[in-house]
Amino acid sequence: MAYSIEGRTGAWEVVIGLEVHAQVISKAKLFSGAAATFGAEANAQVSFVDAAFPGMLPVLNEECVAQAVRTGLGLNAQINLVSRFDRKNYFYADLPQGYQISQYEHPIVGKGVVEIELADGSTRQIGVTRLHLEQDAGKSLHDQHPTKSFIDLNRSGVGLMEIVSEPDLRSPEETGAYLRKLRAILRYLGTCDGNMEEGSMRADVNVSVRKAGEAYRTRCEVKNVNSVRFVMQAVEAEAARQVEVWESGGEVVQETRLFDPARGETRPMRSKEDAHDYRYFPDPDLLPLVLDADWVEQLRAALPELPDEKRARFMRDFGLSGYDASVLVAERATADFFEAVAAGQDAKLAANWVTVELFAVLNKRGLSIENSPVSAVALGQMLDLMANGTINGRIAKDVFEAMVDSGDLPAVIVERKGLRQVTDTGAIDAACAAVLSANPDKVAEYRSGKDKMFGFFVGQVMKAMAGKGNPALVNEALKKLLSA
Amino acid sequence: MSLDPATVRRIAKLARIRVSDADVDALGADLNAILGWIEQLDEVDVSGVAPLTGGSQMAMRMRPDVVTDGDLQDDVLSNAPDRAGVFYAVPKVVE
Repeated sequence: MAYSIEGRTGAWEVVIGLEVHAQVISKAKLFSGAAATFGAEANAQVSFVDAAFPGMLPVLNEECVAQAVRTGLGLNAQINLVSRFDRKNYFYADLPQGYQISQYEHPIVGKGVVEIELADGSTRQIGVTRLHLEQDAGKSLHDQHPTKSFIDLNRSGVGLMEIVSEPDLRSPEETGAYLRKLRAILRYLGTCDGNMEEGSMRADVNVSVRKAGEAYRTRCEVKNVNSVRFVMQAVEAEAARQVEVWESGGEVVQETRLFDPARGETRPMRSKEDAHDYRYFPDPDLLPLVLDADWVEQLRAALPELPDEKRARFMRDFGLSGYDASVLVAERATADFFEAVAAGQDAKLAANWVTVELFAVLNKRGLSIENSPVSAVALGQMLDLMANGTINGRIAKDVFEAMVDSGDLPAVIVERKGLRQVTDTGAIDAACAAVLSANPDKVAEYRSGKDKMFGFFVGQVMKAMAGKGNPALVNEALKKLLSA
Repeated sequence: MSLDPATVRRIAKLARIRVSDADVDALGADLNAILGWIEQLDEVDVSGVAPLTGGSQMAMRMRPDVVTDGDLQDDVLSNAPDRAGVFYAVPKVVE
């Protein structure tokens, strides 16, 4: 069922569009030779260009352009072979030029599309309006001094991609799914690390509400939201606020707002007079950006497999469900790990072990798959031991736990702990007979028709054999003895 | 087209240029002269002609993605009216 907000006057549809700022992964800045990496001492990665010294000229970094084109291709978008840089004029202490070099009328990437998957298994196509390249601003620290703000220009001039979506999103869930999908695509492409906590990916959220069938009503922009969860909460809070404004006879005013996660509400930013009079004009320091179609095709040919293609391949080649495939491809590292485990194995079993047992351990310990205590090779070896009958599925869980704790290979653990599966039918028959003779009453119940007692017998035999009995052989022996 | 004094003040404010009341009229006259010249350009029929974004047919020159600059803290801070260690210091600006 479609998401809506129930007001006093009926249901309201929510309309959402996102502007995502994604920091370009490159060694140097967009227009200067200073380093674009994170974590250096303040103002150590600043050139005269970044500090806007008079007479300095920007020179475009080719790799930043390539990253924008790769991202455009990954968003199934049109690449504009001719684009242009404009100046967006505003004054702020972390923008020493007095203008940001951006792309206004002629962005490098045009219309594209992102497919999102929802919890109910359905998919939706979300339109991308455009992607353009621009400079990031520096960082202001307001809490270091009572009357002064401190400015660090290390980030000033780092390449940013602004990715604008169409107002195609209709719920917090869709908005979260879009943001996660976009982040996955950027990470697969290696064009942005997608790290929202460190600010290398930030979202501005445009929200409006309307009654079914209406044209769009006035929207508000919630600025600089820095996690997927907060974006979803901001949508909910802002939509609820607007419904309340309309229903109490007021009118929503177009404005910029901030989301306060602690209070779960949005509030207006103190509006700076003239704040939106940016007076864009073509940057006279920069010629038009003209791309060679062959170069774009070379970049296209070198693109990695993207989440949608990988998901389709996992479903097709490994027979995985859409859900399992989506979980595995959400992060490239997880997909790579799974493929390494699944090589030569039962892929569905491998998927299960990765998404259930391994994920549980990683979650519990707060680890990412890159520093998993169990390597893909070791997990693959454990599946080998299951496949060749050395251990059964129940013992496998004990072996896995020991692998997590000790880091040892599964074969070593099996030998050390004597966990090899018992397939000696003599030993199994004896264990079965002992259990049955110790429980004559249960045997009688079973024979009088209580079929589910069979599970009890299996459990008792496995317990007697310390879990090491071959389950198929135990079943067989019990059936034979009980029908005798 | 003619700019009134209020518009002249607004343009100056957007450019962060302080203009005294005594200068507004003279500045307005200068700006109006420039606008008059632009209006003259407007008389040329350019329908169907793509806007020119550069003075030549050259395409943009680009740089390779190599770190060649930076590590200039004292130099880039040398013109700052105020500094605090390796930071620029400015009057508090906070939303």
